Amino acid sequence: MEEKIDKIVESLGRRNIEAEIRQDPLGTEMILNVGPQHPATHGVLRLVLKLDGEYIVDAVPELGYLHRGKEKIAENMTFLEFLPHTDRMDYLAPLSNNTAYMLAVEKLFGIEAPKRAQYIRVILNELSRISSHLVWLGTFAMDVGALTVFMWCFREREKILSIFDIVTGVRFTTSYARIGGVAQDITDEGIHAIKEFIDNFPKELEQCEKLLNKNRIFIERTDGIGMITKEQAIDIGLSGPNLRASGVPRDLRKDEPYLVYNELDFDIPVYEEGDCLARYYVRLDEMKESVKIVRQCIEKLPSGPVKADEPKATLPKKEKVYTKMEELIHDFILTNFGGTPPVGEVYHAVENPKGELGFYIVSDGTGYPWRLKVRSPSFTNIQELKVRGKGNRRDDMVGRRGSIDTVMGEADK
Amino acid sequence: MKDKIIEKLNNLFKEDIVEVSEFRGELTIVVKKEKIVDVCKFLKEDQELAFDYLVDICGVDYFREKDRFAVVYNLWSLKNKFRLRLKVFVDESDLVVPSVTSVWSAANWHERETFDMFGIKFSGHPDLRRIYMPEDFEYYPLRKDFPLQGIPGSIPLPGQEKIKTQRG
Amino acid sequence: MGINTFNIEEQGFLTTKLSEFIRWAQRNSLWPMPLGISCCAIEMMAFAAPKYDVARFGSEFLRFSPRQSDLLIVAGTVTYKMARVVRKIYDQMPDPKWVIAMGVCTSTGGMYRSYAVVQGIDQFLPVDVYVSGCPPRPENLINGLLKIQELIKKGVPPKRDPIFI
Repeated sequence: MEEKIDKIVESLGRRNIEAEIRQDPLGTEMILNVGPQHPATHGVLRLVLKLDGEYIVDAVPELGYLHRGKEKIAENMTFLEFLPHTDRMDYLAPLSNNTAYMLAVEKLFGIEAPKRAQYIRVILNELSRISSHLVWLGTFAMDVGALTVFMWCFREREKILSIFDIVTGVRFTTSYARIGGVAQDITDEGIHAIKEFIDNFPKELEQCEKLLNKNRIFIERTDGIGMITKEQAIDIGLSGPNLRASGVPRDLRKDEPYLVYNELDFDIPVYEEGDCLARYYVRLDEMKESVKIVRQCIEKLPSGPVKADEPKATLPKKEKVYTKMEELIHDFILTNFGGTPPVGEVYHAVENPKGELGFYIVSDGTGYPWRLKVRSPSFTNIQELKVRGKGNRRDDMVGRRGSIDTVMGEADK
Repeated sequence: MKDKIIEKLNNLFKEDIVEVSEFRGELTIVVKKEKIVDVCKFLKEDQELAFDYLVDICGVDYFREKDRFAVVYNLWSLKNKFRLRLKVFVDESDLVVPSVTSVWSAANWHERETFDMFGIKFSGHPDLRRIYMPEDFEYYPLRKDFPLQGIPGSIPLPGQEKIKTQRG
Repeated sequence: MGINTFNIEEQGFLTTKLSEFIRWAQRNSLWPMPLGISCCAIEMMAFAAPKYDVARFGSEFLRFSPRQSDLLIVAGTVTYKMARVVRKIYDQMPDPKWVIAMGVCTSTGGMYRSYAVVQGIDQFLPVDVYVSGCPPRPENLINGLLKIQELIKKGVPPKRDPIFI
């Protein structure tokens, strides 16, 4: 027994819990280890729960199983070279990450992408928001016991991925954005595919809603579970749909409009309840709003270039590199030394499907970032499990964990 | 908004504000590290400014003789929809910064991350231990003197561990 | 070569070697243990989901318990901290067991040449099939699965650890 406690204490790695465990001589409290490999943890999060019967006395999340050292890698490469790494952060919505990172770099360089590129970015951002929420909806429904929704959501998600395949050339890790624009122009075929998708998607989503909205098991496992009040949500620093489900209308698309979001008409769904069901409704409504945004963007899509004409920051076109001297020099300099941004530090955040994704860049005037810090929404959102873990039932933990929607790739970086 | 913040802070903490700068429309205020908790508390509790949302805390290694490290606090005011960046410099000889977990509980993990990556200790933190790297890891990876590819053998792989114990 | 089925329809019986019959059953009902770590895990989900539908190859039964599975798909970047866990899961699986290293991170460390990432899981785990791509498309993973089936068909035993058996 003593040995066992020692082992548990060692694995928890914290001293103050040691005293608490030893105060329980009859061993009525049980330590349950969930993860890092567990279907309900969605990735490699490890949760150590201290249970009293069915109730959670303490919950200790442990991270770092997917810590790949991205921030250190970023310091050793040029701004553009780091782009593919952003794909693999929130890997449910790679295009949003690309855009977020490029907006931060553009802010540092002081350039702006042309209108058409901005519209394309918005379209793809919103499509990836839908695809990310679809994975969330499928896995969350699976967590609380409905497998059909998972299959249907993945069927819809595959449609979005094939749109990405047409538009960007890759279905998953796209690396589509560039400094000052996007890699290539959107084709008519791509626009047609997007139009077809947004025409059909609301109907398909309605089918999923029909399965869940009046499903008694689903409602009972989500209604009133995992409550987070407004004050707690702000104090923990939640962001994204989790914050809006707790009644705080904070959405960076409205609060600090970036790209062309201030030219578009859309609403921010806000629910006051703060439980798992509210988080479900927020995400569902967000998908519908995204469809609205995509539709407007396609109508408004202006013509013109898709990359800013800033030879000191943006890569020149390939045809020109092969035929013109000056472009060849710029291409060489940018690829090898990565441009010359001003000395300074910028922070730019966007509203990702998971919440506020921000990049804080400290530049020393060279083409390599001196320091690049990723403010990832999942990292802060997981804190909720620790702070609010106490007093809940063990079987609700799975639903709560699922409803928060985190991706360990960006939480661990 | 910017003038109001600077004015209010100047009234109360005139001697503790080291530098105020602006770049690309972002306000950065450098504060003396002893006063960071007081400044944060004031910024949060002041009715007009209301910086009630902590976005991020991170460390920066400038790799220089004096004031080698910096801890950066990104704040957001839900009421005014305004961002503010606070910064404290930390010298290598005294790597301790007062913790702001008493002001925002969100600071808990951010400070742990900064500790894990830079070795900056936060006094008054309830649970300061490594968050990403294993507990027995000895180095601080984001310091500039730590190589990108790591130090071979600093974290043993499963097989290597066993060989070690077999040989004694 | 496996089982000749021409006799079944006409005469209602077949002749084969028992070992071949077992191999036929084994390769068409591989139960994967999906060790989803990062981005590849999402493509692995797509591999089991409707469009790519791995049920066609008899492996739709993703077991989340290592004790019930005979194929370990390591999908995603394995860090030093995670390496112990991966090894533990592998050790818990019953023999015979096969391992697919899905994606370049798992196979070689890929784009992550950093202090935290293991440069290829074959440093601590025997790997039978490597699948390239970052992440591999689901078709590629299916290809990897077929490669494993071929190995079983040929009667190649799964790779073993040289150090600890």
